[in-house]
Amino acid sequence: MSATAPTPHPSATEASHPGAEVLLRALKDQGVEVIFGYPGGAVLPIYDAIFKQNAIRHILVRHEQAAVHAAEGYARSTGRVGVVLVTSGPGATNAVTGLVDALMDSIPVVCLTGQVPTHLIGNDAFQEADTTGITRPATKHNYLVKRPQDLARTVHEAFYVAKSGRPGPVLIDLPRDILIGPAPYTPPPEAPHRSYRPRREPDPASIARAVSMLKSARRPIVYAGGGVINAGPEAAAALTAFVRHAGIPITNTLMGLGAFPASDPLFLGMLGMHGTVEANLAMHGCDVMLAVGARFDDRVTGRLDAFSPGSRKIHIDIDPSSINKNVPVDLAIVADAGQALAALNAAWRADEAKLDRAALAAWWEKIESWRATKCLAYSQGRGEGTLIKPQYAIERLRDLAAASGRECFFTTEVGQHQMWAAQFLRFDRPNHWMTSGGLGTMGYGLPAAMGVQIAHPQALVVDVAGEASILMNIQELGTLAQYRLPVKVFILNNEYMGMVRQWQELLHGGRYAESYSAALPDFVRLAESFHGTGMRVTEVDRLDDAIRAMIASDKAFILDVAVDPAENCFPMIPSGAAHDQMILGPGKQDAAPGVSDEGLALV
Amino acid sequence: MPANSENTMRSATISVLVENEAGVLARVVGLFSGRGYNIESLTVAPVEDGRNRSRINIVTSGTAMVIEQIKAQLDRLVPVHRVADLTQQGPHLAREMALIKVVGRGNDRAEALRLADAFRARVVDATVESFVFEMTGSSDKLDAFVELMRPLGLAEVSRTGVAALARGTRTI
Repeated sequence: MSATAPTPHPSATEASHPGAEVLLRALKDQGVEVIFGYPGGAVLPIYDAIFKQNAIRHILVRHEQAAVHAAEGYARSTGRVGVVLVTSGPGATNAVTGLVDALMDSIPVVCLTGQVPTHLIGNDAFQEADTTGITRPATKHNYLVKRPQDLARTVHEAFYVAKSGRPGPVLIDLPRDILIGPAPYTPPPEAPHRSYRPRREPDPASIARAVSMLKSARRPIVYAGGGVINAGPEAAAALTAFVRHAGIPITNTLMGLGAFPASDPLFLGMLGMHGTVEANLAMHGCDVMLAVGARFDDRVTGRLDAFSPGSRKIHIDIDPSSINKNVPVDLAIVADAGQALAALNAAWRADEAKLDRAALAAWWEKIESWRATKCLAYSQGRGEGTLIKPQYAIERLRDLAAASGRECFFTTEVGQHQMWAAQFLRFDRPNHWMTSGGLGTMGYGLPAAMGVQIAHPQALVVDVAGEASILMNIQELGTLAQYRLPVKVFILNNEYMGMVRQWQELLHGGRYAESYSAALPDFVRLAESFHGTGMRVTEVDRLDDAIRAMIASDKAFILDVAVDPAENCFPMIPSGAAHDQMILGPGKQDAAPGVSDEGLALV
Repeated sequence: MPANSENTMRSATISVLVENEAGVLARVVGLFSGRGYNIESLTVAPVEDGRNRSRINIVTSGTAMVIEQIKAQLDRLVPVHRVADLTQQGPHLAREMALIKVVGRGNDRAEALRLADAFRARVVDATVESFVFEMTGSSDKLDAFVELMRPLGLAEVSRTGVAALARGTRTI
């Protein structure tokens, strides 16, 4: 912490208040109720201002990365902007992983960072970092406030940028003298932004063309992603209405799970590297594809030149740079997913052409034959000494959580457990599933769950974790204890970095370099040392009771589930392979396709 | 996206009108380096009263898909007002200025001066054994002149990069 003398600012007016107070007022006017943060020298004036007011609640995390993930969890479960407050230098650099995570997954976050006083910037002062320079490629946009008169306007603009268009993280770097010296307050502007005005309404002619392309389809499919979730619950409702009315198959990306009810038979499950056979083969064999709020990520497409080779593609996205980036499409519609889907519903009903129902029935017949492979099936033995299959543990978690009758939110860390959670938890509503998709950040799930629980104090919030990932932000057990947040940590403990081990088994000759989780802590005592409850379960027959105890607990709870260490996550499209070249797992397929060197490079 | 152009590289002169704020050039340059796009030339200067807006001219190359992607990526930067692909939108002017120093005596020196005259380069500095030529024109013309000066004692070149505008009444 540095003690620096405040620099009085000459442009102060009598109506001005200290910058820190102006900042809080602007946050309040933006509807902020919660800030996730960690204090330090440069931001002490803000903490002083927080101390003197009651409108905004501050949640003290144990590491700045966790503050950003918590804000992401808060944002994703509420549809609001998550707010982070960290100090200069290491506070800001620690937040970078969280910012990139939010950037990749398009999550609206405003991150306030402290900075050394303006006159010291560039002098290598104590806890100085070039925060705007470091975070330029880590944020959607960032600001350094150098003049008091820019402070309030910048805060309002940051919220606008964070939540409009394709959402993302926005950072405001706040030098200490700006926070201490007087600054004028200005309300949110009514005029549109000077340069940033993303298009929301779809072009009606393109919507009409989309309807005619879809109605002429014999083998249609909808491929919907996180953009539908980001566009709000109305967008998911419009998507559901459209797909049900048309009676066509739909698949979701990892980020899009919950945008369409998983319990509906029209849902083919998740697609991509660990997607279902029916979803991937339907994508491969379709003749018209409607992509909504999805970005043709490499984990979704597999080998690009073999991706859905025979289809005409329609792509709805709010971000023009997502269109034609990886996969050329035949019809691009730049718009908000909700508005585009509402327009599509209206145009579909107004149009007199009919889908070829006979062709569609034949398409469904084909899909049902793929579904009949039961690609997610596994066999769970019974009796003493039988290992718990991770898939089984997730299924029991899903069913017992549902049986509790409570609203349930699930977060995950990154790895095998994340893919099993995506495959086996079923989401019928948006905003109840938070996982690090684009960046794949181990250590995401626990702080994200914390943010969700803050927003939904009565809900059941479970972080599905692996024993390796959970250690990456384990310090947040302290935050859970301080705020009495009853987050549940459900560890699938296979004593390996499971996904690393799986790739080493399949691609690197079983040389398990550095992927064994050696010297693990006793998770039960770890939970207890942080004032929570811990339990370990190793036997199948005790699993249900343990999960029930976890759900019933009113404390933070770690359930350490010892699972089969050899289990792999299938189906799997190896890197560099096409959708029709899945590995189905032991006993389901004779020959696995070879992985090319090109594919290895894509890992 | 025409299929035959998928792998053909083309050159593009892109003009970007930006809010003249701190870091805006770093955003544009960082976008190019971060995403692996080429920059062959880049110029930037304020172009409006009050110096509120700047114009950045970038000469880049890539496949049609990459160039479309560059434009879309530029356009979504928050301080960007407008992006124009001058190469694609029709006839346009692209000019740059160069200062070229040639050091030598005797015949080489006389030949350099004769060529400079033929290329309409101006002498802006001279000593008994050096010239600095100022020359404005297309990048190709500048390249040609610089090549001619090489055997005649070319010592140093400073180029501005390309400034570009659409021909006719069209504006960005």
